[in-house]
Amino acid sequence: MSDVFLTVLLTLDATIRVSSPLILAAMAGLFAERSGVVDIGLEGKMLASAFAAASVAAVVGSPWAGLGVAIIVSCGLAMLHGFATITHRGDQIVSGMAINILVGGLTIILGLAWFHQGGLTPALNNESRFLSITLPYAEQLAYIPVLGPIYKELISGHNILVYAAFAVVPMVWWVVFRTRFGLRLRAVGENPTAVDTAGLSVIKLRYKALLIGGVLCGVAGAYIATAHNAQFTRDMTAGQGYIALAALIFGKWRPLTVMLACLLFGFLDALAVRLQGVVIPGIGEIPVQFIEATPYLLTVILLAGFIGRAIPPKASGMAYVKER
Amino acid sequence: MTMTDNFAIELTDIDKRFGAVHANNKVCLQVKRGNIHGIVGENGAGKSTLMSILYGFYQADAGQIDVLGQAYTFTDSHQAIAAGIGMVHQHFMLVENFTVLENVILGSEGGALLAHGLAAARKELTRLGDEYGLKVDLDATIDTLSVGLQQRVEILKALYKGAKILILDEPTGVLTPQETDELFRIFGALKQQGVTIMLITHKLREIMSITDQVSVMRAGQMVAHRDTQATSREELAELMVGRKVLLQVNKKPGNGRAPLLKVKRLSVSDNQGIERLKDVSFELRAGEVLGVAGVSGNGQTELLEALSGIVPMTSGTIEVLGFKMDAKHPLTPDRLRELGLAHVPEDRHRMGLITDFSASESALLGYHTDPKINSGIWLSNRKVEANCQALMQSFDVRPADPHLKSANFSGGNQQKLILAREMERNPEVLLIGQPTRGVDIGAIEFIHQRIIDMRDAGKAVLLVSVELDEIMSVSDRIIVLCDGEISGRIDAADADERTLGMMMANALDPIDPLQTMDDQHASSGQASSQETQA
Repeated sequence: MSDVFLTVLLTLDATIRVSSPLILAAMAGLFAERSGVVDIGLEGKMLASAFAAASVAAVVGSPWAGLGVAIIVSCGLAMLHGFATITHRGDQIVSGMAINILVGGLTIILGLAWFHQGGLTPALNNESRFLSITLPYAEQLAYIPVLGPIYKELISGHNILVYAAFAVVPMVWWVVFRTRFGLRLRAVGENPTAVDTAGLSVIKLRYKALLIGGVLCGVAGAYIATAHNAQFTRDMTAGQGYIALAALIFGKWRPLTVMLACLLFGFLDALAVRLQGVVIPGIGEIPVQFIEATPYLLTVILLAGFIGRAIPPKASGMAYVKER
Repeated sequence: MTMTDNFAIELTDIDKRFGAVHANNKVCLQVKRGNIHGIVGENGAGKSTLMSILYGFYQADAGQIDVLGQAYTFTDSHQAIAAGIGMVHQHFMLVENFTVLENVILGSEGGALLAHGLAAARKELTRLGDEYGLKVDLDATIDTLSVGLQQRVEILKALYKGAKILILDEPTGVLTPQETDELFRIFGALKQQGVTIMLITHKLREIMSITDQVSVMRAGQMVAHRDTQATSREELAELMVGRKVLLQVNKKPGNGRAPLLKVKRLSVSDNQGIERLKDVSFELRAGEVLGVAGVSGNGQTELLEALSGIVPMTSGTIEVLGFKMDAKHPLTPDRLRELGLAHVPEDRHRMGLITDFSASESALLGYHTDPKINSGIWLSNRKVEANCQALMQSFDVRPADPHLKSANFSGGNQQKLILAREMERNPEVLLIGQPTRGVDIGAIEFIHQRIIDMRDAGKAVLLVSVELDEIMSVSDRIIVLCDGEISGRIDAADADERTLGMMMANALDPIDPLQTMDDQHASSGQASSQETQA
């Protein structure tokens, strides 16, 4: 087997691992924005739940306990965002940023106070982490040309949260486009007054959407700290919440295209890692920063109208006030 | 059967305050089953509040609501819907990127999954469509439908949810006369099926032609109930305003002289590159009022904004009082104002005044560089207030308090303040958009008279309005805009609602008058044959 093929496979494999939390966070953002609430606090929720998952897993020794607490913490922050923006009609961007800043500081302070390791949580042993799962027959089938390695390297050998992230996407699509809740969710993000006059509660719908987002962000955070890594380090989400938001816009608020956008951004990230220090003949060394900036650049280009048009849900960003 | 059983709606002593405003003051109303009941009143009289209370959107502070003989306390719209009340709001409550079907089932989906509900709704809507002649493509998204069809969707929505009583808030404001006729035909069909209709409007002509009974509200109170046959437009107008009102504008025929504004092949595109105004040419002469008719959103806004220099044109020329401008050589709004062109914008809250400013500051907008007030660096507060005081006096703005925040004036008084600002400078050319939108009947009379006075003083007035009555009674000549193009030109003396309506829908050939006549007959013949079918 050629080395090039294997390199490509490994890059794609990394893409899947890097994309998983993006997909989960972007789906969380999708619920929020489809309901008319801009959720720039994805970053903060992921960071908080990463910290929660790593702490609990370290203390209790079970990744599942970590995951559970991560979801609770993330949902709590989502409700805080809801309380500020839905109940009290505060500015959604300000509230989201406040959550990000709060979590950025709080995780370090709590980490210092609890674990005395310079803001880190204790390194997790294998029992307290989500480990890779080898799918049946991966070893046996590895000898089949092309398909075998794809199955073994690309499809098999991820932890359960990766599979969960990819399974969530069709579920989100189904919920948003095929259920009563989805219809109401889409309506409340487009025209909340229409929802209100249909006798439905705008406030309840938006809280529900944020709660679902909270669960998804919790899983994403747990993935980052207890599956992809083995401990919490400060600011370990490193802007992935914003990248997820960019993917949400890039995918035009539709689950499947948003997933593709996450994969594209994840691929760029994996590529950046692989190209680090590599000198390409004729071009020289590509600055890693350039590749890392690409998701944002692409999103700006999209918003400027060069790649079709991104039309957000009409009521997103606005608190609902019954007009007089 | 007791007396109360005859009533679809019985409201007793409904009371509602919003802060200091007493929106509904012990309002009583009885609506008979199967009747079309009109409710008229000026803006702010409390009609919409009353209907919102009946629909459960607001809760009354006190009072009793009986629907079909049963007492209710609605805390949200869901309960009102369940009691058999349906409402068609003035601004449609539709999700624009949803299909008709999705919009109709929103809130009564019939199960957690959509597939079943959608199929059931499709069947039911087809039946309703046949029964009432309410045909509409169920799979079309709302933003592809005309306003008339969107309204039909609203009615279907209410009927689908089991409405026995249908409330319509200003339903004809956005319709062409033909669409209005069609709506009234639907009312007839609904009435035949025993549906009770409550029609809220300020158009007395419609009240007279379609309702069985009419109730009049003024300043939060119910002031009169009449059988429609036993009343007249004049009486209703008097009841609404509280004094005698002249419904017809007093004017001598105009005599247009030299053109002051020449527009040649004017085109305007919006910032998404969509052409909003196409190849528009006309002249506006001294001593005439030129009316611009059309359904809202057909290029009127762009026309006003291009003429006043606010938006750039893409091609064509405009000649104002001998000064030319085109796409390459635009004139700024400031310069145009200096030349003697004044502009009363369509949307007074967005462009006419700054609602957070005091009246004296709003009365200054655009004229703040006037050396009479401005010494170069400092504005003289005293002079600014004196200026406002003078404007308020000449246009009877109430309360005449220059310190009061602009937002705290009623719509009519805000409008009078803007008109005063623009007209008291004695401009040669006046552009005026929707001068009486949201303005009370009493103030309308006053504003119309002021426009005619300007005309008689030899000024040129361009009047853009969606109110055909206004266009016909104030203008000397009329042009009609449809889809950004001039789809008709006619002398006001020859215009009637039907002809203008056809022009607004661009169903007439504006060039050949003979053809015009034929088309009109042909189409009206078609309309009546459709009616027979239905």
